[in-house]
Amino acid sequence: MASNTKADHGHPQDGETRRDFLQLTAAAFGAVGAGVFAWPLVNSLNPAKDTLALSTIEVDLSTVQVGQSITYTWQGKPVFIRRRTAQEIADAEAVDVSTLRDKQADKDRVQKAEWLVVVGICTHLGCIPQGQKTGEIKGEYNGWFCPCHGSAYDTSGRIRKGPAPLNLPVPPYTFLSDTLIKIG
Amino acid sequence: MGSGPRTPFENPVVEWVDSRLPIFTMMQKEYGVFPTPRNFNYFWNFGAIAMIMLVLMIVTGIVLAMHYTPHTAMAFNSVERIMRDVNGGWLIRYLHMNGASFFFIAVYIHIFRGMYYGSYKKPRELLWILGVLIFLLMMATAFMGYVLPWGQMSYWGATVITNLFSAIPVVGESIVTLLWGGFSIDNPTLNRFFALHYLLPFVIFAVVFLHIWALHVVGSNNPLGIDTKGPQDTVPFHPYYTIKDTFGTLVYLVIFCFFVFFMPDALGHPDNYTPANPMVTPPHIVPEWYFLPFYAMLRAITFNIGIPFTEIVIISAKLGGVLVMFGSIALLFVLPWLDRHPIRSARFRPQYRIALLVWLAVFAFLGYVGSQPADAVKFGIPLSYLGLLGTIYYYGFFLAILPYLNKHEKGRDLPPSIHESVLKGSA
Ligand code: HEM
Ligand code: FES
Repeated sequence: MASNTKADHGHPQDGETRRDFLQLTAAAFGAVGAGVFAWPLVNSLNPAKDTLALSTIEVDLSTVQVGQSITYTWQGKPVFIRRRTAQEIADAEAVDVSTLRDKQADKDRVQKAEWLVVVGICTHLGCIPQGQKTGEIKGEYNGWFCPCHGSAYDTSGRIRKGPAPLNLPVPPYTFLSDTLIKIG
Repeated sequence: MGSGPRTPFENPVVEWVDSRLPIFTMMQKEYGVFPTPRNFNYFWNFGAIAMIMLVLMIVTGIVLAMHYTPHTAMAFNSVERIMRDVNGGWLIRYLHMNGASFFFIAVYIHIFRGMYYGSYKKPRELLWILGVLIFLLMMATAFMGYVLPWGQMSYWGATVITNLFSAIPVVGESIVTLLWGGFSIDNPTLNRFFALHYLLPFVIFAVVFLHIWALHVVGSNNPLGIDTKGPQDTVPFHPYYTIKDTFGTLVYLVIFCFFVFFMPDALGHPDNYTPANPMVTPPHIVPEWYFLPFYAMLRAITFNIGIPFTEIVIISAKLGGVLVMFGSIALLFVLPWLDRHPIRSARFRPQYRIALLVWLAVFAFLGYVGSQPADAVKFGIPLSYLGLLGTIYYYGFFLAILPYLNKHEKGRDLPPSIHESVLKGSA
């Protein structure tokens, strides 16, 4: 370069020059630019529109008998719907909430006491608990039992025993009529 | 690379190429005359064997990919078609399936060799770190490969392992959704796993290149763990170790072929020949055998860690398990700074030697614990307690025993040089 004088470069004795500043600024803008470019690539891996579009289902409850359970697939996950017996409701309501691992009263987990709607995925590491079909083990608390590492859930889908940390989650749902619900 | 002075080659074609791109000079220097300690034992074969296995995985994998369909509705059937209809497809798939196991066997022995002879110590720390990085990449590759045939174990193994990330506080659930590309393991997941399973072996290849580059800067360690001091301590790589490596590789491949042809499913799990079913979990989920010790450590933490006498939980059992599992590999990365003892080879460190052999036995035992159901009880003791004890020793070895030995192990006298030991027959 022709005019390689001190004046061009600020005062080198300070240890910092204008050129350092320009380089840092350029590098910082470069980093921001790379991030802006990377974000759409990463975000493309999030659920796509068609995947999201499949994310509500409607379920007809009119054929379900008292004491019966049905399983529906919602967002690729099983949803357990159980029409609970009076005994099961009474059991779920009688529990002292303060003794629970994940403290939730039964009334906060249902919209109508007769219908329990939960996502049927064990909150430990994602296995599907048993107890939906007649003849399957329902576990000590008469709800569901996860065979993977032995978690037992009660008739409100709450964790009572075993390694799982949380209750079976309640998905967002609304009663469209007395016998039709929309999940999602 | 290779821009120094060059001796001309006699063959005119070789010479023409070499004077423009000195690749022959480089090969000659790094694999021909490269000075190598003269006292290697058979443990030094496993780097070359691992390299051969990597090439085998890439070659068989590319051919498999020409017949495989990464779609949830077709993946399982396309693999069955490879097994039944594609010409020699069964062979290609069995080579790939068992090749993964034999790749891990070679790498496990290779890593243990490094620990026994102190190959991770100065000046080979970076070489070691690159090696652990290769091991991590291999685990990711094999995990995603196992999902591809879309059997029950593929599906549920992937579910359990990806769910581990949900243990991360606050952002865990979003990370899992991002990994899945949906709300459960499904077609988007299978597609991206296939893309990554195709990519990562080439990344591994690049890191292997760096690993060998770093090796050729500092040179190989050897069973005595002392430095080479001159030409009397070394032999040229070719023909001495090209032949020894070839011999060792052939023996290894004979054993490998025995598995491929006579017991191809012995190392796999029969449940993976059942198509994936998102609505039914198999009663007992196990990962591939090479992940079992880590799986045992994951499951060893069955209790929350919190402030005593309160209900406040700082680390849940789930998060604790995940941290312990990843931590066990993080320890390998920092091993060169945990073991600061000046003697490299366990041959001259009797106390370290015993602690390390116990560590190996514990690691194998953890593998056994990982293969059993989580609630298994043996001799009246729940296996998860034994798993916890094993995990404590694994951690204790790195964090307590090594620092203790740094200060207190005197060690035996080192021999003056490699060639003197060789001549005395004690190398
Ligand atoms: C680091 C090297 C590699 C490792 C450790 C590895 C590991 C695995 C494993 C464990 C499986 C499951 C086998 C089974 O149970 O069926 C698999 C499947 C598969 N891999 Fe690889 N792989 C590697 C390289 C590659 C490469 C380079 C490709 C090229 C695209 C590839 C393509 C495939 C395909 C298409 C399948 C599905 C077919 C099948 O299941 O047999 N792999 N891989
Ligand atoms: S996944 Fe249900 S207990 Fe572990």
